[in-house]
Amino acid sequence: MKYLYVAGLGQEADGEALGRIRERLAAEFPAPVRGIELPGVEFAYDPVRRQYRSIDVLEMLVDACPADAFKLLAVTECDLFIPVLTFVFGQAQLKGKVAVVSLARLRQEFYGFPENREVFLERLLKEALHETGHTFGLVHCADGSCAMSLATNIRHIDRKRAGFCTSCEGQLRREALGVNL
Amino acid sequence: MKTHWHILVVDDEEVMRESLAAWLREDGYSVDTAASGREAAQKATLRDYAIYFVDLKMPGGLDGIETMMQIRRLHAEASIIIITAYATVDTAITAIKEGAQEYIVKPCNPEEISLLVSRIIKVKNLQRENTILRKRLLRQYSVQDVISKNARMHEILNLCHDVASLRSTVLVQGESGTGKEMIARAIHNAGDRAAKPLVAVSCAALAETLLESELFGYEKGAFTGAASQKAGKFEMADGGTIFLDEIGDISPKLQVDLLRVLQDRSFYRVGGSQEVRVDVRVIAATHVNLREAVAEGKFRDDLFYRLNVIEIRLPPLRERREDVPLLAQHFLERLSHEVGKDVREISEGGLRLLMDHDWPGNVRELENAVERAMVTSRGKTLEEEDFAFLAWNGASAKVPKFPAGMNLQDMEKQLIVVTLERTGGNIKEAATVLGIDRSTMYEKIKKYEIPR
Repeated sequence: MKYLYVAGLGQEADGEALGRIRERLAAEFPAPVRGIELPGVEFAYDPVRRQYRSIDVLEMLVDACPADAFKLLAVTECDLFIPVLTFVFGQAQLKGKVAVVSLARLRQEFYGFPENREVFLERLLKEALHETGHTFGLVHCADGSCAMSLATNIRHIDRKRAGFCTSCEGQLRREALGVNL
Repeated sequence: MKTHWHILVVDDEEVMRESLAAWLREDGYSVDTAASGREAAQKATLRDYAIYFVDLKMPGGLDGIETMMQIRRLHAEASIIIITAYATVDTAITAIKEGAQEYIVKPCNPEEISLLVSRIIKVKNLQRENTILRKRLLRQYSVQDVISKNARMHEILNLCHDVASLRSTVLVQGESGTGKEMIARAIHNAGDRAAKPLVAVSCAALAETLLESELFGYEKGAFTGAASQKAGKFEMADGGTIFLDEIGDISPKLQVDLLRVLQDRSFYRVGGSQEVRVDVRVIAATHVNLREAVAEGKFRDDLFYRLNVIEIRLPPLRERREDVPLLAQHFLERLSHEVGKDVREISEGGLRLLMDHDWPGNVRELENAVERAMVTSRGKTLEEEDFAFLAWNGASAKVPKFPAGMNLQDMEKQLIVVTLERTGGNIKEAATVLGIDRSTMYEKIKKYEIPR
């Protein structure tokens, strides 16, 4: 049996958020979902950018991935970046095994607003679906309401649904059929 | 589908290169990477990428600007985005001056890079769509390589199709350069003789005796130099079609020989006594008015009626002006490969000038005009001034240019020459145009020694 793992990175992982992600992924993807705890990402800290290198995090996840993992989605509080961009909401190995989502820019507080737990959790589910979708080979979708549409700012994330359009859903099913779970 | 579009990311730093490539792949593009300017230039020889992301500072070998220049030498229209961590006004200006489409400073906002890429791809999509539509339009108006949207030309092409599989002789009449041979090929290719040869002979190009041996072949010893038996064009065309161009120019003797071939489908080789039988379809063409030549006793009436079983009269280009832009674009696309120049279009002013020209030399003259303009033009678009030579050639000059010292007689001579060119050598028509009678016209032709 192969599992879709959802990992909290570091000790301050948000238990409720991880639970919501596990539920949602279990409903959307054709694999049993399991939780797992993995170490924090301090090693990926860049003192100049004062952010965390998401490529290093992905490399760590590949090394730490359990043998029975079909896919592994990790969640971190840290703000992630790739060198050419000011930030990323998350990153995934396209048609690969691992993905990571950062919570930092999903919180209302980041933009100077009061905390809103529901808004935050809704955004998190969308990003979790988005990055996991990439590991199934899905690329950005032209349908702005689909979870796979490209979001380069928080407004884009708020505009999409926490679900896939029929086209992406169809592709997901085809991808999943080719995999021996 | 974005995967149609290929992007090349050029950066010596692996993490930089691979992270941008991964980000673009998530967006659905096919992405290649190069770790140096040399590798990028080498990859660009194998494929023209929709976008090139090039890092400005790369140690050893080519830096970003040099890499960009190499790429632009291979693909003049390449969309290149220069990336740098060290933004200065000078480097930005240099990059743009050398042809970079954009200049971004890393790290940049994801939104900025995403908008940049989608804007370039949108333009590329429109360019591609434009090319496809142009090709489709050309195909729509192209039958057997004959390009036209003129109703009369379409009637002619339909007639060609209808008579293609018959053996009946076809007489194609039209001014020089109207595409008489193309029509002959269209008929041949659309019929059941298409797999057999189409043999073309220009009757005007050869002296009588040469033409005779060319058409009918000769036996060994038929004349000095006839060392062995040789098959003529009629034998070569057996089972297929023979295209006799400029049939109006053949001698009375050859007219008789040809009449016999058309009547009996048989002939004798020069110096031979054995009858040769062939199954040949004859398509003849002429730029002179054969009816008039018959009336003047210059062409046998029995041969004319044998040839004129199916008559096709090709309109001159000035009577199908709507085809000028289509044909000009077709020649432009074909010649850009042959001439080796990347010229894409003709400006509105240029097209207007072409539409206004009278084209005495018809489609052939238009083809030559496009070629000449392409050779001398410096840009990607042929402008009005690139066709300035058309006005100098006299035929369509709205304001005629007269060289210093030209007298009235010179002018009269030039006017007669031009008018004869326009009427395809038809003296009667030219006389009518000039408002003089035919005998006066003959006198003037003789007086000015105008070649006919």
